[in-house]
Amino acid sequence: MKTAAQSLLKKVPAKDAKLVMAHMYVAFAALAIGATMGLLQVLERTGSFQLPSWLGYYQVLTVHGVILGLVLTTFFIIGFMFAAQSVTTGGYSNKERTAGWIGFIMMLVGTIAAAIMILLNEATVLYTFYVPLQAHAVFYIGLALVIAGSWFAVWVIVLRHFRFRKENPGVRTPLLSYMATVNSLMWQIATIGVAYSTIVHIIPWSLGLTETVDVLLTRTLFWYFGHPLVYFWLLPAYMMWYAILPKIIGGKIFSDSLARLAFALFLIFSIPVGFHHQLTEPGIDPFWKYLQVVLTMVVVVPSLMTAFTLFATFEQRGRELGAKGLFGWLKKMPWNDARFLAPFVGMLFFIPGGAGGIVNTSHQLNQVVHNTLWVTGHFHLTVATAVMLTFFGITYWLVPSLTGRVLTPVMNRMGILQTILWGTGMLIMSGAMHWQGLLGGPRRSAYSEYAGNADTLAWGPYQIAQAIGGSILFLGMIVMIIIFINLAFFAPKGETEFPVAEDHPNAAPTPAIFENWKLWIGITAALILFAYTIPIIDIIQNAPPGAKGFKLW
Amino acid sequence: MAKPERTEEQVTQQHEEHDLKGTFVSVMILGAFLLVSWLGVWSLYLAR
Amino acid sequence: MNMHKYEKVWILIGSATLLFFLIVVGVSAFYMGNQPPSCAVTLDPEKVREHQLFKEPGLTEIGDNEYQLTVVASAFDYDVGTDDKVVQIPVGATVHISATTTDVIHGFEIAGTNANMMLEPGYISTYTNTFDKPGTYTLVCNEYCGVGHHLMYATIEVVE
Repeated sequence: MKTAAQSLLKKVPAKDAKLVMAHMYVAFAALAIGATMGLLQVLERTGSFQLPSWLGYYQVLTVHGVILGLVLTTFFIIGFMFAAQSVTTGGYSNKERTAGWIGFIMMLVGTIAAAIMILLNEATVLYTFYVPLQAHAVFYIGLALVIAGSWFAVWVIVLRHFRFRKENPGVRTPLLSYMATVNSLMWQIATIGVAYSTIVHIIPWSLGLTETVDVLLTRTLFWYFGHPLVYFWLLPAYMMWYAILPKIIGGKIFSDSLARLAFALFLIFSIPVGFHHQLTEPGIDPFWKYLQVVLTMVVVVPSLMTAFTLFATFEQRGRELGAKGLFGWLKKMPWNDARFLAPFVGMLFFIPGGAGGIVNTSHQLNQVVHNTLWVTGHFHLTVATAVMLTFFGITYWLVPSLTGRVLTPVMNRMGILQTILWGTGMLIMSGAMHWQGLLGGPRRSAYSEYAGNADTLAWGPYQIAQAIGGSILFLGMIVMIIIFINLAFFAPKGETEFPVAEDHPNAAPTPAIFENWKLWIGITAALILFAYTIPIIDIIQNAPPGAKGFKLW
Repeated sequence: MAKPERTEEQVTQQHEEHDLKGTFVSVMILGAFLLVSWLGVWSLYLAR
Repeated sequence: MNMHKYEKVWILIGSATLLFFLIVVGVSAFYMGNQPPSCAVTLDPEKVREHQLFKEPGLTEIGDNEYQLTVVASAFDYDVGTDDKVVQIPVGATVHISATTTDVIHGFEIAGTNANMMLEPGYISTYTNTFDKPGTYTLVCNEYCGVGHHLMYATIEVVE
């Protein structure tokens, strides 16, 4: 009987599991390298620790940004979405899986190529690679390969969704599959901007085929990609919160329709908002800046919906378990389960993260915080805590499920310790960054006493606080790597399920309109054209003479 | 796998039944936090 | 699809709050003129010093307690017209800042004030700021520009 029960567990088929695990190895190697770089940075910024002469602060910062912001996130997300799609639709065909492997290899080769250039100090341009700082062409080609490889991956996910629809006419598609498809389509639409900019403008320029480059155009194309990029990080966490976490706490999905509505809104409104990263730049008309500020505020709405859904999921489950009073349901949550605690703490951090994001986009308020450490603090709350803790929470069941092992009580306690370390470290580090940012402390800067004026010297204590927080985070990373290695290679053999939450038995049917992709993609394209066509024509027509390349490191 | 048909009325009734007072208070606290932090930076902008 | 009534109230209140933010910043920007730094005035990035504005960077009095401050940024220096990189501004003065860069992108941030903008090759960035509080302020670069990024600064002294 036991084996029969086990065979009913939802699991990723073995061949697909290998593909997913390949992504996980790269992701966690990236975490180890990237967090170590982070430690070096916070220590350097105290002023009492010097990097060895062969290792520059900005080289370390480039590694940190590229490997965590681009490599860790992309590999983990694609791995997780591959797994979610496989489990909910019944696995990939050989062709689909092969395409997935081709994408993986392209991304890996691209990553290694870019990494070599960074290590050779040929590409100390940070992960945003703003021109006219000019890195070695191989760095840009590597990044382009990562993007092209990711296209293979997202198309495998999208096409698998459509194959499910075709093979199951009239059946509602699985929620996780729908969500992964939204995120994949958004990624495809958004990366066109940065791919075009890199391949058509930057690579020929770095090879010396063209002499100058249009600075504002490439920046604008970067941020056309840059904001959906942060939603590409966030939506997999939302997938977990909406469609997996209810199962972990023993509850049901609050509302399938509202979840799909939120994701459809994210597809539409995540992209035409890039100007809110460029509010303090010359060369973009104030009207178009404001218009994108308005659109950015709209994309807050699905997050407000998400907040309600999550609280409601917890409260419903708590009341089912007999909770009384206004907040009695909180006591009924499985606090000693790392699979719950890690994403829950992540959610809590998303509250100040979101609040900070609204400030960032608020037109003139951006002047108070633009390019200060506030921004660094902001995305360490959002991507580095809300998203990462959720990914760690996913790891606790995804990796053993893929490797045919189980999470032992000891590892579960390690997961709880990890969550506490990460939360505490980030609270201290990110809190100090926010305050120093409000005082004007610039981001992306090595230790400096500037002119020795009182205003800049007052930043010192905050930088020490960041070093304390960063050191705790480093410990958190070590714990996480230990857990990962355990789950990948050493944990006891056993069966672990890929948890997929179900609807309430009395849930209302989901309207079919959410599956109308022509409609959603059409609206998305129309809004992008509306928000970007005229300003981009403006930027091109009024462009100053182009800029030559500089290598200033 | 077909689920028995339910009328819209029944469904609505079931849905409204959930006691979500705690959720409502929680999101209101969240909203207040968004407002306060925004007004804080806004006042900083005005003061500078 | 139906929404719980509390959720409807929440989305309504939440959206109203966002609308309130938009109205405040919109009125401030378009009615009161508090736009974020923006200009769309271009020049040849290789001929910055030939441009009328940037021949002699620094502070110039142009009216009653009204000044123009032009700054040329380059790796890794702000040319503010003085050898000691100190600019003295009388308290309460309205200062029209124009700045540009001769090489890569730089930041222009007078810490503790609202003067915060990007300098991009080929563009002149402008911002008008009134210095109401006496004190010593530091102009810092807040966009990575190379190995000496953290060594770019100047001092603004707002004096009685």
